[in-house]
Amino acid sequence: MLDLILSPEVAEKTLWIVKTEFPLAVWETLYITLVAMLFAAIIGLPLGVMLVAGEKGGVLPLPKGLMNALNVTINLLRSIPFLILMIMAFPLTRLIVGTAVGTTASIVPLVIAAFPFVARLVESSIREINPNIIEMAQSMGASPLQIIIKVMIPESIPSLISGATIAVTTILGYSAMSGIIGGGGLGKIAINYGYYRYQYLVMLLAVVLLIAMVQIFQSAGTRLSVKSDKRLKQNA
Amino acid sequence: MSGAGKSTLVRCINMLERPTSGSVLIDGEDIGRLPEAKLRRVRRNVTMIFQNFNLLMQRNCLDNICFPLELAGVKKPEAKKYAFELLETVGLPDKAYAFPAQLSGGQQQRIAIARALATNPKVLLCDEATSALDPKTTQSILRLIKDINKKLGITVVIITHQMSVVEEICNRVAILDEGSIAEKGPVRAVFSNPKSEAGRRLVFPTNTEEVAKHA
Repeated sequence: MLDLILSPEVAEKTLWIVKTEFPLAVWETLYITLVAMLFAAIIGLPLGVMLVAGEKGGVLPLPKGLMNALNVTINLLRSIPFLILMIMAFPLTRLIVGTAVGTTASIVPLVIAAFPFVARLVESSIREINPNIIEMAQSMGASPLQIIIKVMIPESIPSLISGATIAVTTILGYSAMSGIIGGGGLGKIAINYGYYRYQYLVMLLAVVLLIAMVQIFQSAGTRLSVKSDKRLKQNA
Repeated sequence: MSGAGKSTLVRCINMLERPTSGSVLIDGEDIGRLPEAKLRRVRRNVTMIFQNFNLLMQRNCLDNICFPLELAGVKKPEAKKYAFELLETVGLPDKAYAFPAQLSGGQQQRIAIARALATNPKVLLCDEATSALDPKTTQSILRLIKDINKKLGITVVIITHQMSVVEEICNRVAILDEGSIAEKGPVRAVFSNPKSEAGRRLVFPTNTEEVAKHA
C-alpha cells in the first residue's frame, strides 16, 4: 500500500486532482452541511422546545398522545442507520428535489437524520433552565408563548450554540457518507478515488480536510458559545 | 419554621399554586376562578420577589426591569424610560447595562425589586427575599421595602423565618405552624405576648436546643 502513496508518479497525479477537484468538493461539503443544518434547525428547534414545554407540568402541556407520537417518531428516526435512511428517503427526495441523486438531493436525507438529533439537543438545553426562572415569569403574568420566546430560548442561547456546533460537526460527518448516493463533496472524492480506484493519497487528503473542517467548526462554535454567555463576568 | 407552609401560602396569593380549598380574594375578586388570561393581568398587580432573585442571567439589568413591561405590551422606549426611573428608586442608577452576574446579592435583589415595581403593582409579595443575604445587606433591602410601602403605598406581604425581619418592618404578623395559622395580630401584641406554642418558640428562643429541633 505504501508504494501506492509514495511514488512520484502518484504524487503528481494526486496534486493534479487536489488542484482541479478539491476546491469544488470543499465548497460542496460546506453547502450540504450548512443548508442541511439550517433546515434541521428550523424543524428541530420548535420540536425540541415542544418536548419540554409540552410535557405534563410544562408551561404549555400538550395532549399525551401527541407527545408520545413525537417522542416515538424522534427515537425511530434516530435509530435508522444513515446509510439505510439515505436509500429509504429516495421517494421523498424525488418528490422534493426532483431527483434522488446528486449534491442537492443528498441534503434531504441529511435533514431527516439531523432534525431529530437537533430536537434532542434543544430539549436538553432547554431543560437546563432553572425552573425558578420560569416561575418568576409566570408570576409576572407571562403567557406560555411569552415564556418560550422571552425566557426559555434566550436564557439557553449559550447552550443552544454548543448544541448547534455538535449538530454541524455530526452533519459534516454524515455528509461524507452521502458520496455513495452521488452527493458531492469531500466524501465523494474519498470514496471515488480511495475506495474505487485505490488512490489512497487522495483519500487521505480528503479525510485530512474533513478533519480540519470539523476542528474549525468546533472551535468557532465553542468560542461563540462562551462569548455569548452573560453569566461569565468577562463577557459583560 | 421549615415546612410550615409559608411559601405555599404566598404562592397561593398569586395562584402559582392552586389552593385545594378556599378562595383568594383580591379587591373582592376570587382570582382562583379567573380564566388564565385574566389571572395574568391580576399578576401584574400582585408581583413577587424571591429568595434567589431569579433575574434573567442573559439580560442586562435594564432589560430585566423592562421584562414585565414587555409582557404587558408596553412600547420599548417608554419601558426603558421607566426602567431608568426605577433604577434610581432602588439606588442603582449606574447598573443599567451591567449583567446580573456582575452584581452582589443585595444589588441583584434591588434589581428584582425594581422589576417587581415596573407594572405599578398594588401588592408586593416577598418570598424569603432576604434569606440569601448577609445581615447588613438584609437591613438595607428591608429599608428599601419599607420606603416602597410608605412612599408608593404598596401593600407588602413578607414571608420569612427571620423574626428580626418581622420586628424591623412589619405591622401585622401571622405565625404559621404545620400548615395553619397559629396566631395573628399586630406585631407588637404578638411579640410581647405570644399566645400559641409556635409563637412562643419563635419569639422567645430561650431553649436554643429545642428551637433547633423544631426549626
